[in-house]
Amino acid sequence: MRTLTFARRMAREILRDPLTVFFGLGFPLLLLLLLTAIQKNVPVALFDLERLTPGIAVFGLAFLTLFAATLIARDRSSSFLQRLYTTPLTGADFILGYTLPLVPMGLAQSAACYAAAAALGLRVTGNILWAILAALPVSLFFIGLGLLCGTIFSDRQVGGLCGALLTNLTAWLAGIWFDVDLVGGWFRRLAEALPFLHAVELGRAALRGDTAGYAPHLWWVLAYTVPVLILAAAVFAGKMRKND
Amino acid sequence: MDGIAAMGLTKRYGDLTAVDALTLTIDAGERFALLGVNGAGKTTTMRMLACLARPTAGDALVDGKSVVREPGAVKARIGLSPQETAVAANLTAEENLLFMAGAHGMGKADARARTGELTEALGLGPILRRRAGKLSGGWQRRLSIAMALISRPKVLFLDEPTLGLDVLARAALWEVIRSLEGVTTVLTTHYMEEAEALADRVGIMAAGRLLCADAPAQLKARTEADRFEDAFLAVVREAGLG
Ligand SMILES: Nc1ncnc2c1ncn2[C@@H]1O[C@H](COP(=O)(O)OP(=O)(O)OP(=O)(O)O)[C@@H](O)[C@H]1O
Ligand SMILES: [Mg+2]
Repeated sequence: MRTLTFARRMAREILRDPLTVFFGLGFPLLLLLLLTAIQKNVPVALFDLERLTPGIAVFGLAFLTLFAATLIARDRSSSFLQRLYTTPLTGADFILGYTLPLVPMGLAQSAACYAAAAALGLRVTGNILWAILAALPVSLFFIGLGLLCGTIFSDRQVGGLCGALLTNLTAWLAGIWFDVDLVGGWFRRLAEALPFLHAVELGRAALRGDTAGYAPHLWWVLAYTVPVLILAAAVFAGKMRKND
Repeated sequence: MDGIAAMGLTKRYGDLTAVDALTLTIDAGERFALLGVNGAGKTTTMRMLACLARPTAGDALVDGKSVVREPGAVKARIGLSPQETAVAANLTAEENLLFMAGAHGMGKADARARTGELTEALGLGPILRRRAGKLSGGWQRRLSIAMALISRPKVLFLDEPTLGLDVLARAALWEVIRSLEGVTTVLTTHYMEEAEALADRVGIMAAGRLLCADAPAQLKARTEADRFEDAFLAVVREAGLG
């Protein structure tokens, strides 16, 4: 019940921030439109909606980190968290309360992305549902990262790290607009070691209905998601306990 | 039973002793003001009493419960309005109050009823549906105090409740604080006239130590000062810390 109260507040604060709504939803949809328009004139295989949409969906999810981290960092700097520490809310309430409301937001973001793609001509099949579901572990990864950053960094640092650095990392290393094989070398190895590329490939495989193809990517994503979530929860709980 | 009884309450940060063996009793229902220059240890004292910082040594009973051994029981009895206003900016004033009620585990009906009571008592009606982040400093402070009162605390901590307020807003808040019958209230302030006007007793802190705790009139008499501000300065200088 307390967790729900907390989660509801989190959702409200995020959805009422116009910048959030723009970056989380408007911006990815705009990119989708733009790149599809380019595709119409210069047919490049890469901007195929089948390949592009899962990439844009993951790019949109990267903003979940920014949302979570900003709110948590702001709660810390405004002493709002101190006020809440004098209530019976527990560490688990905080961690779940900060995390859970962003999960449906991530799914809704993906769904909106695929709906827009369908309107632009993406073939509508049942696989789209699987592709949207693929946003679940990816969302959890980005949310966990947000919880971690928001707990450690100030709200200004969070803006730079999660707003600029992470979204750029995702944009460049996820193979959304160009194939990382084209660059090759260390760039490809780095991209393959990080979860962003696998998050996109997971969505692409799901969209193709390629059940054999998505498993390895899912494992890669989970190999980041689970530790990040555990680490974030541990750091938050540790900071809360040591609150001095 | 005392409202608050601190016994040798101490907080050290590395080499720095922020609060040095503070011993003090505050009666139930008393209004107590903590005064002292920047860095004297007022906020740290309050944070220990509110279970936000663990004492390095000593203990305190808040409404009879130990801050060291029974922090859960203490938290159930207190309300805190931090030095920063600490409101949820994108929620309305009303949502902030209902949210705090939920955080305390109050049921829906009770939360609504209590929100109504506090809206009435603190005159929050005109701003109830406005976003907290868009309110003026005075309204935010008032909301912050209402949020601290939502769980019907026996002990209330107000850290600089009138910081940065204009004369009118301050007078309005004084009324609110005076109207809290039966709630043990500890407040900090840098405004001497505020301490004199609101508090049954004032405690003066310097460099982590509590120099004295007395009624404002008695402090003036003892230091042979006409104005309370002069009494404050006399006490701090007497200790060789001014
Ligand atoms: N978390 C902390 N870590 C290290 N030092 C701290 C911490 N909190 C407070 N201090 C130090 O303890 C001393 C007392 O600080 P405190 O905030 O209690 O003073 P204060 O009387 O509330 O001052 P002000 O009037 O400026 O609010 C200061 O020297 C401060 O720098
Ligand atoms: Mg202070």
